[in-house]
Amino acid sequence: MNNSPTVGVLLSRVRVEEKLLLQELASRGVATKVIDDRELVLPTESRPDLGVDVVLERCIQHGTALYALAVLDAWCVPTVNTYETAEVCGNKLLTTMRLVRDKVPTPATRVAFTPESALEAVEQIGYPAVMKPLIGSWGRLVSKVNDRESAEAIIEHKDVLGNYLHSIYYVQEYVKKPGRDIRAFVVGDETICAIYRYSQHWITNTARGGKAENCPVTPELAELCVKAAKAVGGGVVAIDVLERDGELLVNEVNYTMEFRNSIDTTGVNIPAKMVDYVLDVAKRAQN
Amino acid sequence: MSKCPECDGEVTVGSDAVKGEIVSCPDCGAELEVTGTSPVALALAPKAEEDWGE
Repeated sequence: MNNSPTVGVLLSRVRVEEKLLLQELASRGVATKVIDDRELVLPTESRPDLGVDVVLERCIQHGTALYALAVLDAWCVPTVNTYETAEVCGNKLLTTMRLVRDKVPTPATRVAFTPESALEAVEQIGYPAVMKPLIGSWGRLVSKVNDRESAEAIIEHKDVLGNYLHSIYYVQEYVKKPGRDIRAFVVGDETICAIYRYSQHWITNTARGGKAENCPVTPELAELCVKAAKAVGGGVVAIDVLERDGELLVNEVNYTMEFRNSIDTTGVNIPAKMVDYVLDVAKRAQN
Repeated sequence: MSKCPECDGEVTVGSDAVKGEIVSCPDCGAELEVTGTSPVALALAPKAEEDWGE
């Protein structure tokens, strides 16, 4: 590899985020190769020759991202993010266990494997509780369970209608938020910016209509988010943080983060920071 | 100007559009994928699946 690495952008579709990243790479004159994951064929028995020095993963499907990164990681192809980070962040239970391991404050969580034990898990957590699928995003299929009858109904639906992953019951305490939560962006060792996400609905994802406002990155928030990022494997991640009576709790960590609503809001050029990091990963691999 | 494959409405695709980019039809709101840029070709974007997201 020469001093000017070629960046591969592995993507499924060019959303606003991918377009901004491609524009940032182009503005710096970085050689860039777009790799459409729908056309990708990866060999397993030899190092994939993608013609790039580093891969920036921007797949929309977790499964695609995870298994593409698994192959690339096995052959030591530098990627952002890593397979480890994708595996952990793509699964809420694995994320929780890493956060607990590293003593990052997070809502109390129970896991159970049968409808009967799931009901017991909900009762242990107390009402209201939150049930989430292990895999999924944008607040999809996240349920607030207000009482035992709701719990019974939701558990039966998951048991009957879902695939096997829905029969791994992930039950979390409900954290009463002050009408907002925090999304913080971590790149490497730095919490680069954060937004408040306001919503009248208890689910505050901007993908679900939550409104964004700049959130000052306090030393406490910065430290917590970097710690959470490192717990899940590090890289470029977005941390969802809940506030409870002055305490900060890490709720989830996203590894293919969306940031379209956060650049103007924070004044931070997020795609530029991401590209800096990607080029740094390529350089470190070179040395 | 291109035609929406869902409603046949007129969709303007910017000159800087790239293959794989997602645009919306101003008439019916359908999400469309730019499948070609020269000439511009549009197709209905795939619907979100269970493991889509961040």
